[in-house]
Formats: sequence, structure tokens, C-alpha cells
Amino acid sequence: MSGPALTVTGLEAGYVRDLPVLRGVSLRLESGSLTAIIGPNGAGKSTLIKAVAGLVPVTAGRVLLGERDITGLRPDLMQGLGIAYVPQTDNVFRSLTIRENLALVLRRAPDRARRLAQTLAMFPPLAERPGLRAGALSGGQRQMLAMAMALAIGPSVMLLDEPSAGLSPKAAAEVLELARGLTGRGVSILLVEQNVRETLRLADHCYILAEGRNQIDGPAERLRGDPVVAEIYLGGRRVAAP
Amino acid sequence: MIGVVSYLAFFLTMAGILAIAVLGLNLQWGNTGLFNGGVVAFFGAGAYGLMILGGRPEAGQFGGFQLPFPVALAGGVLLAALIAWAVGILTLRLRHDYLAIATFGVAVAFESVTRNAEWLTGGAKGLRGFHRPLEAAIGDPFLFSLAFLAMVLAFLAAVYLGLERLVRSPYGRLLRAIREDETAARSLGKNPARLRLAAFVLGSAVMGLAGGLYASFYAFISPQDMAPILTFQIWAMLIVGGAGNNRGAILGAVLIWAAWTGSGFLLARHAPAEFQLYTGTIQYIMIGLVIVGMLMWRPQGLLPERLAISQTGGEAARRSASRDLTGRETE
Amino acid sequence: MIQNLLDGVLTGAIVSLGAIGLTMAMHMLRFANFSYAELMAIGAYVALVFDRLFEALIPAARAAIGPLSLNWALAAALVVAMAATGLSAVAIDRLVFRRIRQRAGPLSMVFASFGVALILRNLITLIFGLKAQLYSQEIAFAVILSRDPLILIKPDQVFVLAAALALMLIFHLVLTRTTFGFALRAVAENPALAQVAGVRLSAMVAAVWMIGGALSAAAGVFYALTNHLAPTMGHNFLLPVFAATIVGGIGSVHGAVLGGFIVGIASGLALQIMPSGYVPAMPFLIILAVLLLRPHGLFGEEQA
Ligand SMILES: Nc1ncnc2c1ncn2[C@@H]1O[C@H](COP(=O)(O)OP(=O)(O)OP(=O)(O)O)[C@@H](O)[C@H]1O
Ligand SMILES: [Mg+2]
Repeated sequence: MSGPALTVTGLEAGYVRDLPVLRGVSLRLESGSLTAIIGPNGAGKSTLIKAVAGLVPVTAGRVLLGERDITGLRPDLMQGLGIAYVPQTDNVFRSLTIRENLALVLRRAPDRARRLAQTLAMFPPLAERPGLRAGALSGGQRQMLAMAMALAIGPSVMLLDEPSAGLSPKAAAEVLELARGLTGRGVSILLVEQNVRETLRLADHCYILAEGRNQIDGPAERLRGDPVVAEIYLGGRRVAAP
Repeated sequence: MIGVVSYLAFFLTMAGILAIAVLGLNLQWGNTGLFNGGVVAFFGAGAYGLMILGGRPEAGQFGGFQLPFPVALAGGVLLAALIAWAVGILTLRLRHDYLAIATFGVAVAFESVTRNAEWLTGGAKGLRGFHRPLEAAIGDPFLFSLAFLAMVLAFLAAVYLGLERLVRSPYGRLLRAIREDETAARSLGKNPARLRLAAFVLGSAVMGLAGGLYASFYAFISPQDMAPILTFQIWAMLIVGGAGNNRGAILGAVLIWAAWTGSGFLLARHAPAEFQLYTGTIQYIMIGLVIVGMLMWRPQGLLPERLAISQTGGEAARRSASRDLTGRETE
Repeated sequence: MIQNLLDGVLTGAIVSLGAIGLTMAMHMLRFANFSYAELMAIGAYVALVFDRLFEALIPAARAAIGPLSLNWALAAALVVAMAATGLSAVAIDRLVFRRIRQRAGPLSMVFASFGVALILRNLITLIFGLKAQLYSQEIAFAVILSRDPLILIKPDQVFVLAAALALMLIFHLVLTRTTFGFALRAVAENPALAQVAGVRLSAMVAAVWMIGGALSAAAGVFYALTNHLAPTMGHNFLLPVFAATIVGGIGSVHGAVLGGFIVGIASGLALQIMPSGYVPAMPFLIILAVLLLRPHGLFGEEQA
């Protein structure tokens, strides 16, 4: 591994002027790692990812992609730098078909047709009916399409905001396994997750966020054994029980 | 001397009537954030309502009931309010600009009725003949014009004071709250659509009052008086004076009316003969430039709103929360 | 009756062309643009200027095309007018609307568009005069389709209908077959996600104005070809194109096309039951009916 893929330092960002949601968040996403962000509802996890993706104005702090400063860069330029972002909700274009959704993200790729076919091949349920409007897909398939759109561009960094939310346990596990597998191919993944237990099992490193600030962070293994984390996030007593 | 005074009286009478209409618009736009694209129709409803109820009978013509001035005036106001109510019911629940489109439509429909429904509106020749209040009793036209001015100013003062009280009352605060953050207002358990409808109807009724006074001043009304430019003039008056500020509304009415009559006078006097046909065109461009220029460079007007709830202004706050194109990208 | 229906279809085609760009711009920028229909007048008058210019420069271009009153000069002028009007629409956006939307909300833009419309319309009056004008003084004879009932149709009308439908078909293909079209639809549905997908918003806003301006210019020329040019023509189409977008549902291009034909045909048939003086109010009645029965139009989504 060669240094961090993404470095965030002292990030402040918010939706309304003078009302920051993030109040100085820092994190490192090591190359080829799966790094998770967990925290209570409203902690600012989605806001953090949106700020990295350029969708929320940043008022202080830095975001580095490798060595390059990308703080406040126009969001449409992120894709070209190899950053793929899968939002928590509304992450596909419902009025476009599966194929159109993929063609859109591959708009600038010189070998569009080939890449589109490759991406579809990775997701058989999508490949079955590429002409279907995304609005007609089930929740799991929609999430699959969103992942496919992110993967199509061959990203080096992926920002995944609760990709397993609202899915069946089986589909949720599949999505997380998929993410885990991607890191093996050199993709660095920043993942927001609700399911703390599962996340701590899969991730390399984990950041806990609350009220727009870093709380605890460390290697996932260590946090798994951390009594404070166990107490708050894993429902204390039940962990101790057999 | 009497010439100057009587011109001044005429000028102030018209400015006062227009100021009343601007106050009505201010309640809608300035305080509640409602866009009325058909001011002329509500003004016209007041004017035609008054003439139909209070005018003299004509063969083949509906109306001419010769009702006394206050009743006829109230009838015109009621007509304007009724039209506003019907349009408001249909549009105020929807996207904000539906009201703009629908009111613009009202103005177009109103114009085709005034031009074509001869049995009702006299068509192109209009309606004439109205016993102006106290005209016979006063006798002297000059004195009468002063008395009429006094009446217009009294109406203006009453409307001004009434609206000032209204916007400072809890109800007025609610209107501004809705303008700035509809969701928050709804979470307080208020029904924004109902409150907005009330403000829209009341504002339109005030415009109807102005129209009624206008028609009784001339004792004559025709489609010519109800040209679409009237809507623009009244808007220009409000934006120049300062939306949300009732004193600004009155100031804007006087300034724009002075600029309008002054420029008309100068153009008529000094523009070359072959150009005379286009003096109106030039004046229209000026009104358009005033509106666009103010919005671009001084949107708060000459007298800014003093009662604003947030410093950033309502629309900006509303915008930041909504998903739209304008927020993020610095083009 | 059938004559009115035919005329209504023709008007409908013109309204549809005018409404396509309006519905996209209204959806994307979230404001009702009252200056939009003036683009039709701009297009028609730009075409007049270039028609005269080409006729003067290239005498051969004065030859009429087949049975039409349209000649080669005007055909070329139409293309120039479409480009020039598209560019004017972009320029007006940059000059006025963009500045306002950076600082204030959509309703201030509605307000500004009122002022812009007034300025544009009266500048046209000042430059070209109040009088109605024609592209060609030559009389285009109508073809009698039937004597009882009497049905007349002019070759120009057939051309206008065909050309309008062709333009709509081309735009439909762009929307459904090209990634540029996907990007337009993506921005209309979800601007933030479109950016994530690599679409530059300002480029799409410019594209919408460009397309809207070009289609409106074509609509303006088509109207002027089958009727006449007048500075008020844009203003007269304003309510019909708004009605078409509301009938179709704001943001729906196909809805706007259908809405345009509905408005055109309804206005044509309205002549059967009401004096012609009331026809300008017909779109208003249609708007009221839609708001009563189906406020979000035929294909529109609910939006706050
Ligand atoms: N578009 C927005 N405009 C204004 N405030 C917002 C917006 N989106 C989120 N917020 C606020 O920012 C704060 C952080 O929200 P965020 O979505 O980042 O939380 P989160 O940690 O992702 O929560 P969740 O687990 O529910 O997804 C919350 O208080 C929320 O109300
Ligand atoms: Mg979230």
C-alpha cells in the first residue's frame, strides 16, 4: 500500500451559512482499504461524503486525493478523477433505463459499448432486462444499478453511503461482500454503514462520528474489542452474553 | 395658478389611486411572496364592477343600476375579491409560479371580456356615465377635484394604516414566516395555503378599490384604460419603493408616476414627429429596464423591508433547502 | 368544423414547438419564464432580416421552393434565426437570469422575466415598427380539398406542419438515443446526481436555452409564414405555450408536444362556439380545467 488514497483534514461544511454540520472532521482512507464511517442518525456521515464529492460547500479544511487538493472542486469533475459516489437515496435516474443510466456515466469513455457490456455482465439481474426503466426496479436491483454506475467508470476511490440500507439481509450481505471484494482489486472504499457489527467484521479501519466531529477511530479489529464501542453501538450487555 | 394647482391635484389623485393598488400588491408580493401577473384584471374588476353597478342605464346593456357610490364601489371590490378567491383556490396549493401563470391568464381573459362582451362591458367603447359622489353638491369642478383628491388620500391613509396594523399583527408575522419557510410554518400547525389565500384575496380587493376609484374619477372606463402595461407599472412602483415596505410602496407609486407622466410629456414635446407613434414603446422599455435593473442591482428597493424575519431573505433560505440548480455550481 | 380542426392542428404544431423549451427551462430552473415566448418573435424577425439580406446578395435564392411561398433565402434565414435565437436565449440567461438566481429565488426570476419580456417586445417594436409584415408579398394560393364543406389548405401550411413534426422527431431522437439526451433528462430529474454522473450543469442550462431558442425561432418563423409578423406575436403565444406546458406537466417534453396540440385544436374548435374575440382566453380556460382536474398535468410529477 502506497500512502492514503484520500485524506480529509479539519473539514467544516454545512447547508446553511454559519451553521456547519461538520465541525472539523479528519480521516484517512488508505489505498486499497475498506474504511467505514459509523455514527448515530444526523451525525453528519452523509454530509461528510457529500462534502468530499463536492456537493456541499466546504468552509474550512482540506480534502486531498493522493497528493492533489480537491477541496470544493466542481462535483462533475470528480468522476474524471476516478472518484465514484453512490448516494444514500435517489442514486439512480428513475426515468432512464438501466442501459441509459450506464451510458450516461460512461458518456466520455472512448470504449463506451465495451465497458457498458462489461459492467452489465457483472450484474446478471441487470443484464437480463437492460431496457427497463430504473424506476421500475426493486430496491435491491436499484442499489445494484447504483453500484454498477459507480463501477462502470473504473474508479480508484468509491464513496458508498449506506449501500445496504433497506435491502433484505441477503442482498445487504451481497453488497458488502462486493465492496470487500473490490478492495482486493486496488479500489479504496469509504463506506457509511448502519450495521455496526457487520461493518466492524468487514472493514479495515473505522471512524465513529457524532455531532459533526470525530469520536473514536482505529482498526476495525481493535474497535470490535473496545468496551466503549461495545457499550454504545453493539448494545453492551448482549455482547457479553454467550 | 389654478392651472398648476389643478394639474397637481390631478397628478396626486392618480398617484394616490395607483399607490393604493401598489399597497395591495405589496401585501401579496412584499409580505407573502405571491406573484400576481394580472394586477390589471383585479384593478379592472373594481373599475368595471363600479361602472356596472353605479352607471346609468343604456339600451341593450346589462347593468346601469345607478346604485350609490359606496355600494357600487363595494361591489367592484367584491368582484375583484371573488375572482382572486377562485384563482387562488385553484393555484395556491401548487408550485409557486402557477399563480403567476394563472393570474396572467386572468388578465388575458379579462381583456377579452372587456373588449368583446358588449352587453356587459360596452366593448371597445367602454362604459360611461356615473354620478360622482358630491359632484352636483359641490358644483365647481376645481373644488370638486380637490375634494376628490381628499377622498382618495383618505382611502390611501385608511388602506395604509390598515395594512400596517395587519403586517405587524401576529397574522402578518405568520405571512412572512410562510414566505420564508413554508415547512416550518406548517410544522407550527398553520395552514399556509389558507393564509396565503386570505392575503391574496385581500390584496386583490385593495387593487379593486383602486380600480373603483379610478373609474369614478373619470366616470368612464374602456379597455384602453386597462392596458397590460398597468400591471408592469404597478410592479415597477413596488420594486422601486421597496417590496415589503408600505411607505416604500407609496413612494414608488409617486416616483414612477412622476417619471411616467414626465417622460410622456417630454417625449410628446421633443421627440421628432415621425417618432410620436413610438413614445409609448420607449416608455414601456423604460419600465422594463426599471424592473430588471432594480432586481439585479437593488432588489430591496429604495426603502428596504424592516420587518424581515431573516437577514438573508426568505427566498434565499427556502432555496438552500430545496434541490435546485442554482445552489452549488459557480458557473 | 373540419377547417377549424385543420387550422387548430397547425396552430398546435407551432405551440408545441414553442412549449418544448419552455417546459424544460421551467423544470430545470424552476421558474415560469414570461419572456420565453418573445423568443418566437425574435426568431421571426431575425429570419426577416436574413431573408432580405440573402435575397439581396443571391438573386437566385429568391426562387420559391415548389408551390410554397417559402424561398431558398428564407429557408437559409430560418437556420440562421434558429442559431441566433438560441444564442440570444443563452445571452439573456447569462446577462440577467443567472445573476438573479445566484442571489435570489425563483420568484424573483419570474418577476425579472416579466421585465425582460417588456423590454424585448418593445425593442422589436422600436426596430421593426408596429405594422404587421410578411416574408413574401406573393400570394400563396390555397388548394381546395373539398367544396362542401369548404376546406382550404395552403402548401405553406402543409410544409409548416411537416417541418414542425420533423423538428420534434429529431429532438425526440436526441433525447432518447444520445448520451447528450440522457444527460438532459438526468439533469431534469435530479441535478445533484447528474453532477455526480459527470454532467456539468451550466453546460446543460446553456444547452436548454439553445435548444429552446432554436425551436421557438422555428415556431416564430412558421407562424409568420402562415400568418404574419408582428411585434406582439410572442406575447400572443405566451398563454398558449404556458397552457401547453401545464397540460403536459411541467418538465415533460412529450407532454408539452401533446399539450400544444390540445391547446391549438381546442382554440381552433372554440371558434365553433364562441366569437373570435374570446379565443385568446381559451388557453386560460384549459389551464383552469387542468388545475381543477389534474393539477400536475398529463405527464407531470408532483413537485412542491
Ligand atoms: N439538504 C440539507 N439541508 C439542510 N440540512 C441538512 C440537509 N441534509 C442534512 N441536513 C442536516 O445535516 C445534519 C447531518 O445530516 P446527515 O445526512 O449528514 O446525517 P447522517 O449521519 O448521514 O444521518 P443518517 O444516518 O440519518 O443518514 C442533520 O442535522 C440534517 O438535518
Ligand atoms: Mg446519511
